[in-house]
Amino acid sequence: MSNFKMHMLVCGGTGCISAESELIVSNLQSELEAVGMGDQVQVLKTGCFGFCEKGPVVKVLPDNTFYVEVKPADAAELVKEHIVKGRKVERLLYMDPDKKERVADSKNMDFYKKQMRIALRNCGFIDPDKVEEYIARDGYHALGMAVTSMTPQEVINVIKESGLRGRGGGGFPTGLKWEFASKYDADQKYVVCNADEGDPGAFMDRSILEGDPHSIIEAMAICGYAIGASKGQVYIRAEYPLAIKRLEKGIQDAREAGLLGENIMGTDFSFDIELSFGAGAFVCGEETALIHSMEGERGEPTTKPPFPAESGYWGKPTNVNNVETLANIPIILLKGSAWFAGIGTEKSKGTKVFALAGKINNVGLIEVPMGTTLREVIYDIGGGIKNGKKFKAVQTGGPSGGCLTEKDLDTPIDFDNLIAKGSMMGSGGMIVMDEDDCMPAVAKFYLEFTEEESCGKCTPCRIGTKRLSELLEMVTEGKAEVKHLDEMKRLSRVIKDTALCGLGQTAPNPVLSTLDAFYDEYLAHVQDKKCPAGQCTHLMTYTIDPEACVGCTACRRVCPVEAITGEVKKPHVIDQDKCIKCGACYDKCKFNAISVN
Amino acid sequence: MAAIIQQKEEKFKELEQYIDSLPDTKGELIRVLHKAQGIFGFLPEEVQRFIAKKMKVSTAKVFGVVSFYSFFTMEPKGEVDISICLGTACYVRGAEKILTELKKETGAEVGKTTPNGKFSITGLRCIGACGLAPVFTIGEKVYGRVTPEQVKDIIAQYK
Amino acid sequence: MAKIMSFDELKKIKDRVQSQVDLREKGENIESLVQVRVAMATCGIAAGAREVMNYIVEESAKAGLTNVVVTQTGCMGYCYAEPTIEVTVPGQEPVVYGNVSLEKAAEIIDKHIKNGVMVDGIIPATHKSIE
Repeated sequence: MSNFKMHMLVCGGTGCISAESELIVSNLQSELEAVGMGDQVQVLKTGCFGFCEKGPVVKVLPDNTFYVEVKPADAAELVKEHIVKGRKVERLLYMDPDKKERVADSKNMDFYKKQMRIALRNCGFIDPDKVEEYIARDGYHALGMAVTSMTPQEVINVIKESGLRGRGGGGFPTGLKWEFASKYDADQKYVVCNADEGDPGAFMDRSILEGDPHSIIEAMAICGYAIGASKGQVYIRAEYPLAIKRLEKGIQDAREAGLLGENIMGTDFSFDIELSFGAGAFVCGEETALIHSMEGERGEPTTKPPFPAESGYWGKPTNVNNVETLANIPIILLKGSAWFAGIGTEKSKGTKVFALAGKINNVGLIEVPMGTTLREVIYDIGGGIKNGKKFKAVQTGGPSGGCLTEKDLDTPIDFDNLIAKGSMMGSGGMIVMDEDDCMPAVAKFYLEFTEEESCGKCTPCRIGTKRLSELLEMVTEGKAEVKHLDEMKRLSRVIKDTALCGLGQTAPNPVLSTLDAFYDEYLAHVQDKKCPAGQCTHLMTYTIDPEACVGCTACRRVCPVEAITGEVKKPHVIDQDKCIKCGACYDKCKFNAISVN
Repeated sequence: MAAIIQQKEEKFKELEQYIDSLPDTKGELIRVLHKAQGIFGFLPEEVQRFIAKKMKVSTAKVFGVVSFYSFFTMEPKGEVDISICLGTACYVRGAEKILTELKKETGAEVGKTTPNGKFSITGLRCIGACGLAPVFTIGEKVYGRVTPEQVKDIIAQYK
Repeated sequence: MAKIMSFDELKKIKDRVQSQVDLREKGENIESLVQVRVAMATCGIAAGAREVMNYIVEESAKAGLTNVVVTQTGCMGYCYAEPTIEVTVPGQEPVVYGNVSLEKAAEIIDKHIKNGVMVDGIIPATHKSIE
């Protein structure tokens, strides 16, 4: 038995590491050594706790104390006070914003109260680099059960009955997908894990790989057993160095422990996993494009059928699942399909992980049962809108999704409800926007993204997204007319109907959903040439208040287009025709005489 | 000059050894390009031609793959490479204004290096530190919750 | 780690490594466990609180008491009776023992924690903890 009486868990997710959490780990260790307690308190670097807003997070167990916004310099106090004297360090506890009280136990924090962690069950709990810790949490038991006492069809049946649907975007039933792949006979089949998280603003897959890599390794092996594959490939973004490192370590440890390789656990089932690296292409999230990229080609999609289940990687039957989907597999086998099917809504079972970000108080990674409402997520878990501003919209589904507004807040979140509301689940990005965000500009942001990421293979997507993004640019620059809005709608529909793959078919969603919900805001841009949110620089007017202007000439000298005139010690004026709205004069004026609206 | 040429030869030799070490080059183009970019820092035409010849594929195919993926670059990065997150979370928290300041302070453009090779700016799609938005990184150092006003002082440290 | 040759072997390894995460799992469900809090301020430590704490952790593990979690706390204010420990059985009021020697600790484990029978040495509650 180990000597450790206490554990200090330090978040080692990318967000917290960016805020020097690794230094916190080493400082805690040296402080503990200094007081002679290095052998009694174990300091661990875990995966993401999810509460990124308040990172870096340090959790002390078994006292169940949750410290937030810890700095490396706080290590000494944590050790001297909490560890040596058993006194909680009040100032580092989470402050409940409503009650103005410090909360020590994460279970009592609003951020965690409504969450249910299944896919993230080990993130922030175990040391991801230690296979023993994963085993201690019943790791590889589902695989053991499957290969020793279940037939492949029985495994598939459990997944089918659980109602698990693909978490990568489309929501296709996972069990059914496995069954298709299992039906084809071939000398070689492949299990592919899609870890090419391309949605800008989503980082759940990376957090799972960083925090619990073995759950993915185990799930891939289970899938291999179910469909009759002996090889697995993880397609992972090269931009995720930490996730790659942890996964490589995990695969190596699993091989050494005989949990990957020949004759797993003494059976005749053999399975091994290799990594292939993506190189930054959003379209590679589409499974046929992903497979081409794995083959070293341009990641362009091809028409389905044939589906990868029939002809995928090197023309062999291939099953592609995304990371979060796989993370659910082992626990479904352990706890049974009925348990999983008991969580969620009628057609969407289990939980969903969301990357909650934007203008919200508690940015972070959350996991909630399907059917939780947007209001609960934004206000209860997310703690409401930052700086007391007014909620305007929430964008789900990334560049393929749409914006939901106030009237949708009480919609229970599941695959079908979001589609019915003109958005989609996508991979789980959830970006909250407030009254200061301009919706045409947000739509333009997404269209610029899809335009750049369009692979160029099919015309509707290659040219359509370009034209759409040009139209949006006209709107935000005040050069569009009402007829252009109708044109945007028509073009959007054409792209949706005719594009080859999911990327193109969903690309117009941000435009359509904002046009639908914020038509007035578009009209303000095209008719009044005004941006109500005050974001579109081209639609701003800079004026000088003659009362406040002292005639210092600073603005006149800084103006790059000589739009400002005026004599020394007399009020200056801006020629609106010449003004390019660069804001230089505004920044320069020391007398607050220049206003923008 | 001689030293530079020699250095370059060594780099090509390293790449050649890597390609030779692969049991089969089928399907390994992206893996090789990752390695090559790791060695050279970028993928100029010369390197692409070399890879094409070694792997017995057309240069057009190599170029097709290099230009397809945003991770591969045909331009050398600056001495100080600034990676700015342009993901949605950073966007709504004002990443564009930060980018404008960065461009102004360094003279570099996104994906471009200044003529003197000092600065370059790389736009990234979400580095997953949304809690720190808006965020940019210079080397290992992460600058989170940056305001446009802070940019000037940060860049001054690298000038 | 040596190669795992069968599912049974995996289960055995799990039993062996369980203790590595035990403490954390207990901490997450602290309300449903017998909590022993040891007062660990300077005077408590001087009086031997750390030895008592280690003793309770080890002995309860040896006795196979998986429902016990030992944590430390600050000064409880009973300076005259250090080391002091507080035992909380789920659903019951906390009980504070003073002058806890190793022998006393053994008795508390044996009677109070195992069988719910309180033993001598209880300090009557003079105040309520506001944590």
